[in-house]
Amino acid sequence: MEKFNPEPKIKTLPDELYKKLDSYIDDLSVDRKDPRKKGNLIQVLHKAQGIFGYLPEEVQVHIANRLFLHHSEVSGVISFYNYFTTTPKGKYCVSVCMGTACYVKGAEKILNEFEKMLNIKAGEVTEDLKFSIDALRCVGACGLAPVVLINDKVYGRVKLQDVKKIVEEYLVATESEKKE
Amino acid sequence: MAQVTLTINDRKVTVDEKSTVLDAARQLNVKIPTLCHLNLHDLKINHTNASCRICMVEIDGRRNLAPSCATPVVEGMVIRTHTKRVLKSRRKVLELLVSDHPFDCLNCYKSTDCELQTLVNEFGINKNTYEGFAMSQYPVDESSKAIRRDLTKCIMCRRCETVCNNVQTVGVLTGYKRGFEAVVAPAEMKGIVDTKCTYCGQCVAVCPTAALTGISYIQDVWNAIFDDKKTVIVQTAPAIRVAIGEEFGMQPGEIVTGKLVAGLRRMGFDSVFDTNFGADLTIMEESAELIERVVKNKDLPILTSCCPGWINFLEYQFPDLLNIPSTCKSPQQMFGAIAKSYYAEKIGKKPEEIVVVSIMPCIAKKYEASRPEFAPNNVPDVDFALTTRELAKMFKEAGLDLNDLPEEQFDSPLGESTGAADIFASSGGVLEAALRTAYEKMTGKKLDKVDFVSVRGMEGVKEVTIDIGGTPLNFAITSGLGNARIVLEKIRSGESKYHGIEIMACPGGCINGGGQPFIHGDSSIIEKRMNAIYKEDSGKKLRKSHDNPSIQKLYKEYLGEPLGHKSHELLHTEYYKKHGS
Ligand code: SF4
Ligand code: SF4
Ligand code: SF4
Ligand code: FES
Repeated sequence: MEKFNPEPKIKTLPDELYKKLDSYIDDLSVDRKDPRKKGNLIQVLHKAQGIFGYLPEEVQVHIANRLFLHHSEVSGVISFYNYFTTTPKGKYCVSVCMGTACYVKGAEKILNEFEKMLNIKAGEVTEDLKFSIDALRCVGACGLAPVVLINDKVYGRVKLQDVKKIVEEYLVATESEKKE
Repeated sequence: MAQVTLTINDRKVTVDEKSTVLDAARQLNVKIPTLCHLNLHDLKINHTNASCRICMVEIDGRRNLAPSCATPVVEGMVIRTHTKRVLKSRRKVLELLVSDHPFDCLNCYKSTDCELQTLVNEFGINKNTYEGFAMSQYPVDESSKAIRRDLTKCIMCRRCETVCNNVQTVGVLTGYKRGFEAVVAPAEMKGIVDTKCTYCGQCVAVCPTAALTGISYIQDVWNAIFDDKKTVIVQTAPAIRVAIGEEFGMQPGEIVTGKLVAGLRRMGFDSVFDTNFGADLTIMEESAELIERVVKNKDLPILTSCCPGWINFLEYQFPDLLNIPSTCKSPQQMFGAIAKSYYAEKIGKKPEEIVVVSIMPCIAKKYEASRPEFAPNNVPDVDFALTTRELAKMFKEAGLDLNDLPEEQFDSPLGESTGAADIFASSGGVLEAALRTAYEKMTGKKLDKVDFVSVRGMEGVKEVTIDIGGTPLNFAITSGLGNARIVLEKIRSGESKYHGIEIMACPGGCINGGGQPFIHGDSSIIEKRMNAIYKEDSGKKLRKSHDNPSIQKLYKEYLGEPLGHKSHELLHTEYYKKHGS
């Protein structure tokens, strides 16, 4: 049986991750005749992002084929939800809260400062995959506004001049890793 | 079906209970503007997502205005379609649409043929009330030879998405992103050339604005005509003669063959020929192929191959079936190949000194003409494919009004044709034409009743069994790629019992091609064009392709036999597996 969408020529992501995703999809037993009936797509995308960390084109096409959907449909759904991302996250993911409280306290300037320092935009990742930046909806720590997260670590009441310090902290961490 | 009676603008109307308020209003000839809604009853295409809110009406007893396109009728309903509140709300909708739409109708591809422009004009909106606010920007996609996408003109009606995904089941377009950024685009915002788009142009046919149009070759064709060193010849597809009159205010279904020829001649083409000639030639080859495969019981069912939109669909989505379509080139390409070989020799020219222009109802033909295998030694067999709409524009530019032109005849030899070629324009026609010839070749008897009416009509999938000299043969006729998918899946699963299948990408066939005059939601126009096609056929003295004297001469002087060596070289092709999102 031919696929809905041609497989990408090279798959660059590890096989065992694909196997993990496949066994999850196998358990859903999708009906080829009515693939949209159970509305599995969002669930599968969620799982896949958990496994791969992000949803690049090769994963999208793989999912489309496994669920008997067109690639366009998968891509459209991913683009609709902020939660899904098509670029990999950096080792250190900078998340700047843009909820109302943080926004009022100057979160946008903080975000811009991170963008300037790392030379990438929100939603992007540095070439060496060390840092990525995300702009988040309210994270629920309004008392600490403006809030920045580096992976799971929370920084509250961040001031413009703190940005440099925070970035340097992690630069040092990556440097010392290199030496080890 | 049960009926309900309601009142619209103080007039009573009785409609069936499944109707919408919009249907009921139309029955009374009460005009309600629409933009997102599209219901082509005759083609069973319905797109009702009620997103634009231009069709609002006031219903007694309801607090809010209701979108008439998506509101079912209820017994006793009282409706008003142009109250102060209604008009104010429609105006607001239009003003908001315009606020995210470039105000550049003057240089727009769809100027005077755009549904948004028409409404804005009717409402007398002459400025952008919200000037200065953000306006979405997207680069124009001209990545293919066929389709032009300019998303700054997209009003998010999403008709194209319904047509591409649900009707054609090609699945190229999707709603991408959300809110202000939202557009309809291919996966990951790719250019159309990186997708599995078939170039059927059905999305272009339904787009209310200039967001989706065809790539235009008008200037290239004028340049060729004015180039003294070139011999410029034109071929015109059968579907043009029953549709182009609409662009000059004539009734749908008016046959203008002779006037069309006169116009093309006055435009400056050196010879005016007919794609019908190519169609007759296709039948010679394809009917021979059909007979051969039936006799050998091999590679059945044979699938017709004259529609490049459908061939793209096959190459992208059914690459496991590449061996079963007929290997015949389409009439457009057969014509081109003969024009640049046989005809070139006859007039003592080299292929590169001849420019072949074709007038097509079709967007996919633009792509087909650019396929590298149809350009031996880098000289394309067909240089430019124009749509019916583009030709109408050129006529107008040259001051030629079809209404005022006399009736003239096609030139010889590539202008001679039979009625069998005319019906290629309509779903069922290619098969009928093939049967007229195959019958006589298989039985050796003369076919007196040439009309195979059971293969005709607008139905998306037709199945017939035809007895040819005691052998019952099963055929299917499909139009619209979603319908093609149904029969192709049957072939894959081994359920197919057919000997042959005719497939056309456009619902109803080429009469409803992506390059035809816009029907703006009135699908009865397609049926009128279809009737005209059969009228044109029945008026012809010769109605079987093998009776065409110029075709007979071509085989005698040049090609030899159908499926012979020379035919294979010039008239047949092969298909390739293709990749795209
Ligand atoms: S491209 Fe045209 S048909 Fe498609 S959503 Fe935009 S305006 Fe509508
Ligand atoms: S041309 Fe046909 S296949 Fe291509 S996007 Fe439009 S409707 Fe889809
Ligand atoms: S049905 Fe006709 S107009 Fe439509 S894509 Fe095929 S050849 Fe072109
Ligand atoms: S036409 Fe009814 S909501 Fe768009």
